[in-house]
Amino acid sequence: MSTPMSTPSSEPVLRESAAAAATAWPAPVGPLLEIRDLSVVYRTSSGDVKAVERVNLSLNAGEVVGLCGESGSGKSTLAYGACRLLRPPALITAGSVRYNGRRGTGPADILQMRPDQLHKLRWRDIAIVFQSAMNALNPVLRVRDQLLDAIHAHLRLPRDEAAEKAASLLDLVGIPRSRLRSYPHELSGGMRQRVMIAMALAADPEIVIMDEPTTALDVVVQRDILAQIVEVKQALGFAILFITHDLSLLLELADRIAVMYAGQLLEVGTAEEIKREPSHPYTRGLLTSFPSLRGPRRELAGIPGSPPDLRDPPPGCPFMPRCGYARPACAEVDMALAPVTGSADPWHVTACPFVGPETRPEAWPQTRPETGPETGPEGARS
Amino acid sequence: MTVTSVAADRGPLAMEAKGLGKDFRLGRGATLHAVKDVSFGLYRGAVVALVGESGSGKSTVARLLAGQERPTAGTITLDGQPVNIATRRTFRRYKSEVQLVFQDPFASLNPVHTVSYHLERPVRLHQGSVPNVKESVTALLEQVRLTPAAQFLPKYPHELSGGQRQRVSFARALAAEPAVLLADEPVSMLDVSIRLEMLNLLDDLRKRLALALLYITHDIASARYFADEVLVMYAGEIVERGPAEDVTQQPAHPYTQLLVASAPDPDNLGSVLRTGPLTGTPASFNGTVRTRVANSGPAASGCPFSTRCPLAVDKCRQENPALQQITAVRAAACWRLDVAAAGIARARQERTPA
Repeated sequence: MSTPMSTPSSEPVLRESAAAAATAWPAPVGPLLEIRDLSVVYRTSSGDVKAVERVNLSLNAGEVVGLCGESGSGKSTLAYGACRLLRPPALITAGSVRYNGRRGTGPADILQMRPDQLHKLRWRDIAIVFQSAMNALNPVLRVRDQLLDAIHAHLRLPRDEAAEKAASLLDLVGIPRSRLRSYPHELSGGMRQRVMIAMALAADPEIVIMDEPTTALDVVVQRDILAQIVEVKQALGFAILFITHDLSLLLELADRIAVMYAGQLLEVGTAEEIKREPSHPYTRGLLTSFPSLRGPRRELAGIPGSPPDLRDPPPGCPFMPRCGYARPACAEVDMALAPVTGSADPWHVTACPFVGPETRPEAWPQTRPETGPETGPEGARS
Repeated sequence: MTVTSVAADRGPLAMEAKGLGKDFRLGRGATLHAVKDVSFGLYRGAVVALVGESGSGKSTVARLLAGQERPTAGTITLDGQPVNIATRRTFRRYKSEVQLVFQDPFASLNPVHTVSYHLERPVRLHQGSVPNVKESVTALLEQVRLTPAAQFLPKYPHELSGGQRQRVSFARALAAEPAVLLADEPVSMLDVSIRLEMLNLLDDLRKRLALALLYITHDIASARYFADEVLVMYAGEIVERGPAEDVTQQPAHPYTQLLVASAPDPDNLGSVLRTGPLTGTPASFNGTVRTRVANSGPAASGCPFSTRCPLAVDKCRQENPALQQITAVRAAACWRLDVAAAGIARARQERTPA
């Protein structure tokens, strides 16, 4: 296992500041993918949109990391930026993405790779299951041909072996082999999503990035696909970066959860810690935002307001305008992730420095001051 | 034997569907029975949730109630009167009483018109001669909490966030001052943090305006919080109905049980999704993930769920069960309720001595 920091540094310094590089963020041992201080902007005529701002995130081998955030929070930009899949007007302005492949690729900085290196890296080392399988498959090609395209582009296999590979990929995701001859429109939404997953697994990648893979599906199919993903993951041992806006799903699925808001990570921790001891007020807001099917009917608070305009983000903490615990000092927070004191998880980090026993969840008020006298559906029933 | 709706406790009956059916001709003699024998009532000030997976016929029910489609069977009554939408005049009158909110706020607003245009038009159409349209529109925006209203009036849909757009859709529906609001997946396109605010807003409007609300969703957890009564739909039929809390906490029909077991459970940190799939007991979906069942469509004969049901016996494949009363306010359409809802069925026997 290679240690990331001891490798010869052919990597030029891209970081904005030395202070950012020397962040107190503790690195888990030998991560497979290590995103450091990544910043991405979208160049627009009305100024730069800071879609991803100084993000640090690592992914260990075989781990499921959930990346959770609202639409526009930069979660997809972060993942695509880390694979250099962004096109102008998107621009990576700072950071490094170190990939420590277990099979010979790397350690290397993805952001410094040449096109031929990138071509080798993609699909064989890092594969992506794109959002909305409905549109990602080619409607005029049979499933088999689309699978073969991926196989031929990234593996050198004789024709009959490639055909067998395509069939076995369908086996892997629980689709009958007879479906190889089907066109995408002949498959249900769930099946199309399975084909997308099968395609991503064509070259046996070490990392699979899944961008909202189940969002357009209904709950029964969603659960089915997730179970399938977990089963295949256990068989093949890849790591997953799972992007979704649904925190309740991640609590069940992910080993670690990263909460993203307005282009920045606000909190990273194990699913257990995020559930039991959420540190950042935004995470706490999210946790009280979805109705639960089981257990007593809780009072639900939600999060009033909407995310800031990333062309002109507020200074300090971007969540401050919506935060029920905002204080003047929030405008000067530097948003570096720091360990949560007293957390059972040593890697549990938060961007909110104002966390202590008095701000533990149980000490939080049920309704926020600015929501006024409005009561939720639960309150209305009493 | 009829099931009384718990929603009836909230207010008078506003709208009723009886034996509602809708067939679509697919060509070559094939027919799709999108909605089959659906009966329920909507009551002023109450929320009835219609829950089911995509393709179960939920949206068709909404379109039938809204007058967008003509039913092939059954009747719809509004305030006790049979619905008459034969002429433009009567259809418009009907529209002022029954309004539909669509799922996708990105598609349901016209991108070339401003917020004020979207709202002024229904105010003029439905409220007759209003002396001050601007004032009514401002009041509407305040009702859906888009304040300050003056700031939103000249905006175009693309300048608004998803939540703000959906608020405009709500305001547009309310411009007709309806008695019945049909909300077809009103929050499923919105971010999780905004959904709750939206449901709270709808709930608040229901209370203040005594709206009879039909809430269509595939998210049974939100139905638990928001609705008085839950109707579970599968393959065009209502397979279970009852008080929201009862149906979600003690589902009787095997399909409802599957829906409840499939919902993400944030409290389940030791989920099978992390520890890996287990082999389950055939009698229950709980904790079990069945890979291939979801791929099979509804059955052609017998109970539509029999192809996916772990409890299905020969009778289920031959005869389609009607809704059977479980308690005064609950019913489920299943032949195997004695097994599927053992606890509930026993309680029912104790309550009704022979």
